[in-house]
Amino acid sequence: MEKSNNTHSRRSFLKVSSITGGGMMIGFSWLANLIPNEAMAAAVASKDWIELTGFIKIFPDNRITIISPNPEFGQNVMTSLPMMIAEELEVDWTKIKVEQGDYDTPRFKRQFTGGSQAMRTTWKPLRTAGATARLMLLQAAANEWNVPLAELTASNGFINHKATNKIVSYGALATAASKLPTPEKISLKKNGEFSLIGTPQKNVEGSKVVTGKSLFTMDYKHEGMLIAMAIRPTAFGMKLKTFDATEALKMPGIKDVFEIQVYKDGYVKAGFDTRTFNNLVVVVGNTTWEVMNARKKVNIQWEAFQPYKEFAGAGNNKREDTIPAGLESTDEHLKQMYEKQQVQGKILRKDGDPDAAFAKAKKVIEKTYSAPFLPHNTMEPISCFAHITDERAFFVAPIQIPEMMKQSITTNLDIPAEKIEMKLARMGGGFGRRAYGHYIIEAGLISKKMKAPIKLIYTREDDMTNGVYRPSYMVTYKAAIDEKNNVTAIHIKGGGLPENAIHENRFPAGAFENYLAEGWDIPTNITIGAFRAPRSNFIASAEQSFLDELAEAIDKDPIDFRIELLKKAKANPIGKNNEYDADRYIGVLELVKEKSNWGSPKNKHAKRGVAAYFCHNSYAAHVLELTMKDGQPVVGNIVSALDCGVVVNPEGAKNMVEGAIVDGIGNVLFGGLRFEKGVPMQKNFNQYRMIRMKEAPKKIEIHFVQNNIDPTGLGEPPFPPIFAAFANALYKATGKRHYHQPFINDLNKS
Amino acid sequence: MAKYTLKINSKKFEVDVDPNTPVLWVLRDHINLIGTKYGCGVGSCGACTIHLNGRALRSCQLPVSAVGVQEITTIEGLSENGEHPVQKAWIEQDVAQCGYCQTGQIMTAAALLKSKPNPTDEDIDSYMSGNICRCGTYTRIRTAIKTAAKSTTK
Repeated sequence: MEKSNNTHSRRSFLKVSSITGGGMMIGFSWLANLIPNEAMAAAVASKDWIELTGFIKIFPDNRITIISPNPEFGQNVMTSLPMMIAEELEVDWTKIKVEQGDYDTPRFKRQFTGGSQAMRTTWKPLRTAGATARLMLLQAAANEWNVPLAELTASNGFINHKATNKIVSYGALATAASKLPTPEKISLKKNGEFSLIGTPQKNVEGSKVVTGKSLFTMDYKHEGMLIAMAIRPTAFGMKLKTFDATEALKMPGIKDVFEIQVYKDGYVKAGFDTRTFNNLVVVVGNTTWEVMNARKKVNIQWEAFQPYKEFAGAGNNKREDTIPAGLESTDEHLKQMYEKQQVQGKILRKDGDPDAAFAKAKKVIEKTYSAPFLPHNTMEPISCFAHITDERAFFVAPIQIPEMMKQSITTNLDIPAEKIEMKLARMGGGFGRRAYGHYIIEAGLISKKMKAPIKLIYTREDDMTNGVYRPSYMVTYKAAIDEKNNVTAIHIKGGGLPENAIHENRFPAGAFENYLAEGWDIPTNITIGAFRAPRSNFIASAEQSFLDELAEAIDKDPIDFRIELLKKAKANPIGKNNEYDADRYIGVLELVKEKSNWGSPKNKHAKRGVAAYFCHNSYAAHVLELTMKDGQPVVGNIVSALDCGVVVNPEGAKNMVEGAIVDGIGNVLFGGLRFEKGVPMQKNFNQYRMIRMKEAPKKIEIHFVQNNIDPTGLGEPPFPPIFAAFANALYKATGKRHYHQPFINDLNKS
Repeated sequence: MAKYTLKINSKKFEVDVDPNTPVLWVLRDHINLIGTKYGCGVGSCGACTIHLNGRALRSCQLPVSAVGVQEITTIEGLSENGEHPVQKAWIEQDVAQCGYCQTGQIMTAAALLKSKPNPTDEDIDSYMSGNICRCGTYTRIRTAIKTAAKSTTK
């Protein structure tokens, strides 16, 4: 058994108490380690307390409830994380009840979902909580029967003493156990010894979902609740000049129309405080339809803004950003990016002498890739409930990182932290968008002004045109090939609005003697943020398409070529700081090769493409099968191989990989928000093409590499490589390579 | 404003609303049937799908004044306790990720099975393509519809 020394954090991590009326409650800091970066981790570690957010309750009648505080946006953590507790607690999973944390938990919770972190960071704390409870129950039985603890076994919610044939339920011991000292040292099962972890279990909220129960912020109701919507500038680069609400105020059901300023002047933004526009006109009324109609009657004038400064960061990382003026267009963006590709960028990494290698090359392959801004388009548009009174500030919000909202709420709403109460609703999709909680401030300001409970609703148009978008990117890959058909140098150069997507230390860095990575960026006033596998989702699409083209140019099989490079990088790594584990990378490639019958495909009519990628600590490879019908691609079967360490719940894990695959195909083929003079040109699903049932793959077959590595996350890793698997299959099917996303634009031209 | 008596899930409801109010918002704001979801408001995503006299329909495109005596069924009325074959199949196939679009998907699938008890892949693809699932659960939805079809025709 692995020894988990729990002492350093026991005081802050666990609290065991009795339940009024009998039973035992183990409170613990569920997501204590779920912190987005090291600076925050240090800040939290310096506190000698951590708020309790998760609870195991064991009642005298042997009912066991796990209260999960998780922000859930569909990645199934409300099922898989409690499974970790149940594994060590030794209980019958089918009898466990998992509940979302109460509405009135009077604390600002430390919770985070995103970055494929949930499994990785809760792996030890949650199992430790379960094991602690089990050990205390065992001790209570040992005391009661006066037998050595070592002679007792715990399983399925009961404790058994074999020698005397005695058996007792956890529930019967719970009150006594709750009065024992919390053990200092806890032993956890080794990976590979699990009985529940690794078995497929269904979503614990499945029946609520299919019966339409209230789960989402959009569904939240409160006595006397008003509905609010905001009107925001019609174009990026514009701001509010004046408005006249006379006509709107005459509309039925309308309570008020007013302006709000989201952030105070000079506000120093924290990491997730991105918001589109700062001055909004708000319409508040009784019902959604009335507010929608009155909103059209507000007469507003917008004006172009001048460049201005925004402040962000803290301490040494404090910075000033100049937000450029101007009404930007997609065509202009592309032109600017091509211009940047012509001049020297910032050197991000250089190994060997790439200039000399390119000068000596017999052949050079150079390809440029680009991708547009992407809206997240979560199915539930942004919404937030706020009820601010003198006593408390209560929010129901779909938010990925509530902790990160604390500064903004206390500063912009003038609410002391101890008055903040936040209920985390199930999120109708996230994909990164719900990390940015500006809507909590917007809702708070409206509730304060109205002195009433309000629900702020974004229409689909508001949601799509006021996004925190995936940036637009460009990159050029260049390879030098010598007379023996060896690749002697790689040059990667690229950037984007407003950041580049280059991961200079990732594969294929380390596999080439001569390597150069350069980056640049272009400021923009279009707001950007995290989107499922940020940066990786673009760079993987380019890199893995280029490697495919390169393999073909030197007459090698695309999978063998990658494996050969990885073996080289492992045996003789070039440069330092290479960020990947070559063995795990090779592992997914070999698994996908075997499972897809790569050399001899079953379907002789379809063409296939392969791609692999490493990001967010896990490895993914896909083989995608495609045929053309009436000039349009039809995706057939997909075989995927994943290495994310121990898979806690294979059912939920497979669902998420399937989703990432569908999401990637949709985005590479159709995704892209066009701008003209600052205006987002698509505003709703009748203009913005989303992948639909008829374009979904026929079948997705998923294989996990079996190993005993601690879980390394799965929400993002399968997403980036599917873009290139699609692109490479499309090339095989049409003979034409596609470089500029979304591919539908070129497909419809030809 | 005007008064309407609506027959929803075999019960009668009286509402006093603007005649142009889409049934979606009457359900959600006035009758507290929140299982019918808002996704786009332009009939392009299917999250708001209800049955009108048994036919699948986008409730965001249906003004309350056009309902008359026609019977509305929402997800809450599809079955008593979630035991409609389609709902059961959704659980069996563990379809949902975020779950927001799934009530609309289920209402559309239930209508499909009513008109075609044994749909082919092509039938499913064409009938279900009006419903968007941003999480990408389409392959599970396809399987779940076949599971439900099997359970009702055997």
